[in-house]
Amino acid sequence: MSCRKRCKREIFRFAQYLFRLITGSLNTDSVEDELELSAVRHRPEGLEQLEAQTRFSRKELQILYRGFKNECPSGVVNEETFKDIYSQFFPQGDASTYAHFLFNAFDTDHNGSVSFEDFVMGLSILLRGTVQEKLNWAFNLYDINKDGYITKEEMLDIMKAIYDMMGKCTYPVLKEETPRQHVEVFFQKMDKNKDGVVTIDEFIDCCQNDENIMRSMHLFENVL
Amino acid sequence: MAAGVAAWLPFARAAAIGWMPVANLPMPVAPTEKNKRQDELIILNVSGRRFQTWRNTLDRYPDTLLGSSEKEFFYNEETKEYFFDRDPDVFRSVLNFYRTGKLHYPRYECISSYDEELAFFGIVPEIIGDCCYEEYKDRKRENAERLMDDQEDNKDAKLPNMTFRETMWRAFENPHTSTMALVFYYVTGFFIAVSVITNVVETVPCGSAPNQKEVPCGERYTVAFFCMDTACVMIFTVEYLMRLFAAPSRYRFMRSVMSIIDVVAILPYYIGLVMTDNEDVSGAFVTLRVFRVFRIFKFSRHSQGLRILGYTLKSCASELGFLLFSLTMAIIIFATVMFYAEKGSSSSKFTSIPASFWYTIVTMTTLGYGDMVPKTIAGKIFGSICSLSGVLVIALPVPVIVSNFSRIYHQNQRADKRRAQKVQKARLARIRISKTGSSSAFLHSKRNGLFNEALELTQLPYKMNLSDQNSTEDEQRLSKSTSLLESQHHHLLHCLEKTTNHEFVDEQYYQQSYLEAGLQNYPSRSPSLSSQDGVTGTCCTRRSKKHHTPLPNASAPAHMQPLTHTHTHPQGLQELSTIHIQPLSTSRSSLNMRVDEPAPLNCQSSQITTAIISIPTPPVTTPEGDAHLPAGPTHQNVVKVSAL
Repeated sequence: MSCRKRCKREIFRFAQYLFRLITGSLNTDSVEDELELSAVRHRPEGLEQLEAQTRFSRKELQILYRGFKNECPSGVVNEETFKDIYSQFFPQGDASTYAHFLFNAFDTDHNGSVSFEDFVMGLSILLRGTVQEKLNWAFNLYDINKDGYITKEEMLDIMKAIYDMMGKCTYPVLKEETPRQHVEVFFQKMDKNKDGVVTIDEFIDCCQNDENIMRSMHLFENVL
Repeated sequence: MAAGVAAWLPFARAAAIGWMPVANLPMPVAPTEKNKRQDELIILNVSGRRFQTWRNTLDRYPDTLLGSSEKEFFYNEETKEYFFDRDPDVFRSVLNFYRTGKLHYPRYECISSYDEELAFFGIVPEIIGDCCYEEYKDRKRENAERLMDDQEDNKDAKLPNMTFRETMWRAFENPHTSTMALVFYYVTGFFIAVSVITNVVETVPCGSAPNQKEVPCGERYTVAFFCMDTACVMIFTVEYLMRLFAAPSRYRFMRSVMSIIDVVAILPYYIGLVMTDNEDVSGAFVTLRVFRVFRIFKFSRHSQGLRILGYTLKSCASELGFLLFSLTMAIIIFATVMFYAEKGSSSSKFTSIPASFWYTIVTMTTLGYGDMVPKTIAGKIFGSICSLSGVLVIALPVPVIVSNFSRIYHQNQRADKRRAQKVQKARLARIRISKTGSSSAFLHSKRNGLFNEALELTQLPYKMNLSDQNSTEDEQRLSKSTSLLESQHHHLLHCLEKTTNHEFVDEQYYQQSYLEAGLQNYPSRSPSLSSQDGVTGTCCTRRSKKHHTPLPNASAPAHMQPLTHTHTHPQGLQELSTIHIQPLSTSRSSLNMRVDEPAPLNCQSSQITTAIISIPTPPVTTPEGDAHLPAGPTHQNVVKVSAL
C-alpha cells in the first residue's frame, strides 16, 4: 500500500517537474524543503536534586539557570555557542582555543554538549569546592587527552590558547617563544622528578607549596 | 558586552581558575559587591501598565535611566513602584532591550515619538539591532527630508537686510516672490515662445508670385524677421547678464546647464552679426542657425516637469547606455545575417552590411518603412526573428526609466546605490565600534585607576602618603562611573594580564611600541631605558623625581631614576614595562628597583593618579626580595594603578 502511494507521489512530482520545465516557471525556490531537524531540547533535573549534588543554594541555582537558559534556550550548549559566549569576554584576542579546552573540561561525559547539570557541577567545584578539588579540576583542564599526565606539548597548547586570548595588541609585544618560555618555567616549577611530565600528585604538591597559587584559588569565591 | 552574556560572567570568572597554576604573578584582588542584596523584583508603572523585572536586569546598562540611580527620582513611596508618565507601548521595546540585549524598532511606531522615548530613557538609537536598523534609518531619513521640505517652503519669507543682488537672485530663482519677478518671468517666457515660433515660421513657404518658385517667409520678409530676432536676442542677452550679475557664485553659474543653454541660444546671432556676407562661411552660418532651436530648452526654467525629465534621463544614464549597447550588438548581428541571407537574390537592396543596418534598425523598432524588404526565404525568416527580438530589446529598459521618473517625481532624490553604500559602511562602522567598545572600556578604566577599590582593602603602612579623604573621593568617583559588572569583567581581564605577564594596550600604542621594538634590540637593561629620548615630561617623570622619600626599606633610591618611562606613552603605562619585563630578566638591580617602589602617590593634578603598592613576589626569589617584603604575607598584590 505504502509502496503504491510512494510511487504515485514520485510520478506526480516528476510530472510537476516536467510541467514547470515547459512552462518555464520563474519560481526557482525549491518547494520541497528539507525537514528541519527537531531542535534538541533538554530539561534539567529537578531543583532538589541539583541542590543535593552541588554546593549551591536554591536561589543561586535559580539565578544560574535563568542566565543559562537565556543564552541557550534549548537547554544545552554546544561548542560553537560556548566559544561565542566566552569570546565576548575577551574582545581583543581569540578565545576560541581556550574555550575549546574549557568545553572539554566541562563536558564530563564527552557527548559534545554541555547541559545545565554539567555546567552547574563544574561551577560548584570551581566556586565552592575545596582547594584539592579545584586543583584537580585545573589538572583535568590541562591534561588534554585525560591520560593522567601533563606533557610539555599539552601544556604548550594550553599556554598558546591563553596567550591567544591576549590578542595582538599587548605590551610588551608578544613574541613567538613567549608561551614556550612560560611552559619551561612552569615545568621547572612543577616537574619535581624531571621526567618530562607532570603527574597529578606533583601538580597538587607543588601548587600547595606555592603561596600565590593558593591565594588565587580563593579569589573567586564570592562570585555568585 | 551583551546583556545576556553578562549572566555568564560568573562562569567566565570561575573558569579563570584554570589560569592560576600557570600564572607566575599574584592576581589582583577581586572587586566585591559592597551591598550584596538578594535579587528582587521591581515594578515599573508606565502610565498605568505595570511591568515587572528583576533589578539585575535593569542594572546591565548602568548608563541609561533605568539602570542608574536616576530612576530613584521616579520612585513612588506609597505604592513602592517606579512611575513613568510615558507611552507604555514604546516602553515595551525599551524593556525588551534590557532583557535581551537587543533594541528593536516597531514598524507601526512613529519615528519621532520613538526617538523621544529613547532619548528620555537614555538609550542611544545606534544600538538598534541589525534586524530593525535599516527600517529605522529609512524612516528617519524620510522624516528629515520632510522637515527639510517644510523648511524650504518657509524659506520664501523675505529675510530682512538682503542686498539688491540677493533680492534679484531670489527673484530669478523663484518667480512667486514678488510681482516684478512674476512679470519678468512671463515676459521672458513670452519671448522664448515668440522666438521659437519665428524660427519655425521662417521656413514655411509663403505665398509667392505665380511665375516665381515658392520662397519661405524668411526670405520674403527678411527685415521683419530680422527685427524680431534682434528683439528676442536683446531680451535674452539682458536676462543672461542680469543673472550673471546676481548669481552668488558666478563661476558656478557659468558652469550650470541652464546658462550654457542660454549662451548657445544667443551666440549664433552675434556670430552672424560679426560675419560678413562671405560666400564661403555662409554655409557654416546657416548651420549655426540650427542652434537657435536650443532656445526651446530655456523653457525648462519655467517648467518643473521638464526639469524632472532631465533628472530622470540623467539618472537613467546607465540603463540608456545599456539599451544603446545592446541595440548596437543586435543591429550588427542581424545586419550581418540579413546581408548574407540576401546575398544570393538578384536586385537585392542589401548591398553591404552597413546598408543592412538601416533595415535592421527600422525593423527592430517596428517602424517597417518598406524601402528594404528581404526576398529570400532565409531572409524572411531572419527578418521576422529580427523584428521579434527588437520588441524585446527596446521594451526592457522602459519600465526602469518609468519607475525612475516616478521616483524622482515623488521627491525621493537619493540614489539607491549611494544609500546602500552608506548603509553598508555605517553598519560596518557600528560593528567595529561595538567590538572596540568593550576593549577600549577596559583600557580606559585601567587608565582611570579602577583598582583604587583594591587600594582600600589593603591597609598597608606604605599608604601613609595617601590621605584618607583622597582615597574615599577617588573611590566614590570611580564607583559612580563603573558598575559592578564592569569592574568584575575588568578584574577578569586583569587576571589574564597577570597570568601571561603581558598587558592589553590599544591599537596605536601597540603599533608605536612595535616599531620601537624593531628599532631597539632589547630594552631590558634599565639604564638604557632612561637614556631614551622622546620622553615627554609627564607627571610620572616628575613623580618619580619628587618622591625620593625615605622608605622603610629603601636601599637604593638611586635606582629610582631609571624608572622613568621608556616610551612616549601618554597614558603612563610605562612603569609596568619595567616591572613586567624584569621577571623575564634576572638582573639584581632590577629587582631592587621594583622593590623600592615608592609609596602610593596621588597627584592632585588631573594628569595622573598613580599608585604602586607593595612588592610583588618575584618568581626567582632572592633573599633580598624576601627581606623587602612588607608586613603580612596575606595581602600582597601588585596593584598597579596608572591614570591619565
